[in-house]
Amino acid sequence: MARFAMAIDTSRCVGCMDCVVACKTENGVPGGYCRDWITEEVRGAFPTLSLEIRSERCNHCDRPPCVACCPTGASHVEDFGHVVLVAHDLCIGCKACLASCPYDARFIHPEGYADKCTFCIHRVKEGKDPACVAVCPTHCMHFGDLDDPESEVSRLVASRHNHALLPEAGTGPRIFFLTSVI
Amino acid sequence: MLTEITTSRFNPQVDPGLHVWGWEIPVYLFLGGLVAGMMILTGYFLLTGRHRDPRSACHRLPGLGIALLSAGMLALFLDLEHKLFVWRLYTTFRLASPMSWGAWILLLVYPVLLASLLLGLPRTLGDRVPRLAGIARIAEELRERPGLVRAVAIAGMALGGLLGIYTGILLSALGARPLWNSALLGPLFLVSGLSSAAAFSHLVAREPEEQDFLARADNGFLIAELALLGLFFIGLLSSTRVHIEAADLLLGGPYTAVFWVFVVGLGAAVPLFLQVLAVRHRIHHSPVIPVLVIAGGIALRFVLVYAGQLSHWSPV
Repeated sequence: MARFAMAIDTSRCVGCMDCVVACKTENGVPGGYCRDWITEEVRGAFPTLSLEIRSERCNHCDRPPCVACCPTGASHVEDFGHVVLVAHDLCIGCKACLASCPYDARFIHPEGYADKCTFCIHRVKEGKDPACVAVCPTHCMHFGDLDDPESEVSRLVASRHNHALLPEAGTGPRIFFLTSVI
Repeated sequence: MLTEITTSRFNPQVDPGLHVWGWEIPVYLFLGGLVAGMMILTGYFLLTGRHRDPRSACHRLPGLGIALLSAGMLALFLDLEHKLFVWRLYTTFRLASPMSWGAWILLLVYPVLLASLLLGLPRTLGDRVPRLAGIARIAEELRERPGLVRAVAIAGMALGGLLGIYTGILLSALGARPLWNSALLGPLFLVSGLSSAAAFSHLVAREPEEQDFLARADNGFLIAELALLGLFFIGLLSSTRVHIEAADLLLGGPYTAVFWVFVVGLGAAVPLFLQVLAVRHRIHHSPVIPVLVIAGGIALRFVLVYAGQLSHWSPV
């Protein structure tokens, strides 16, 4: 069974927000909310500063705390690709999953259920890339099966210096940020 | 060394700091803890035979408990964003979800509270209200079976303990909020619930002897609560950077004043001091002391729920 992941090349990302707009358009994300977003991190001391631009979203963790804490099973790991999803008709809107996510990747949809990135599972099932990956003008985003050593994602994660977000939180995030700095 | 992070994300309730739970959850946690404490006290009174005294406060606690717990569950319901789907809680049991445990514990608590309520009904109820003669007869039969009374008492104490601990575990199981990452939250909320319950029972008690007993018990609970708070801070301050930063919310950060003044000071230390004087008969028992304890219990939940949401792993 596949285990979908993303590898995002931060040395190519320019923070144009095309991924954000594509996600909102593809998934009908309501105004004022977002399933993915751009984070800019500046580090160092002037004049030796470094800037990392990241397209962030739900990390579809291997050990998702949002699934463990859900009292109804609405938050679940889908068999197809081990993607973390929310069944809207099971969600009671208790917000425990929002509080349990160290990435603050979830929000409450105006209709009342918890919402977040789905890796555009409906597109992936049709053999397409997630909308954010498909529209990226710098081709910095790569999507694929982490369990397949021949997939582009697996090869990039194996060959390029990379980091995940908050690995110390112990959730096993599956978004990897490729960097040029070692 | 500069680290500056900016984000385009601004989701309501999440940014700039998480605030998904407003007044409803602290109120629910307080009322749940209070009723848990009342169930344990009622169980103790039943086991020690105090229920044979018709003037005992233990006769009023189960009825008040049902009302207070229902108010707490109403607050919980008001907090839900997808209210019409609330019944989904009872179509499954999720072993890893404290909220699922809580939903089922609450369902078990009501029958035990009702049984305790029956035990406390006046023996003359059937004569005074003929329509309730059937209920009075069931209550009388229940009272005449010491084994059943004992079973109700033990079930009440066990479920009260579970309910009180659950109100803390509900928060401590959410690992993404470092302030809540302490197994001590369960015992802390249980002891705080017992303290609030003793104070509440003190307010409804009529017998001076019972008031004295409840005040003594409350002193013990308050000392235990203060000790657990101390251990809670030791645990956080001896942990990782994010946990130390979380503790700083109450030790110099935005919740410092309200925590130390209303939770530790007016909510525990001052009533403890006054109550020690009262049980030594240096001053008279006063309703002001239990009211301070109850207000402290409410403040504890508000501070921990609000500050805990602000604590985070992410540097964003």
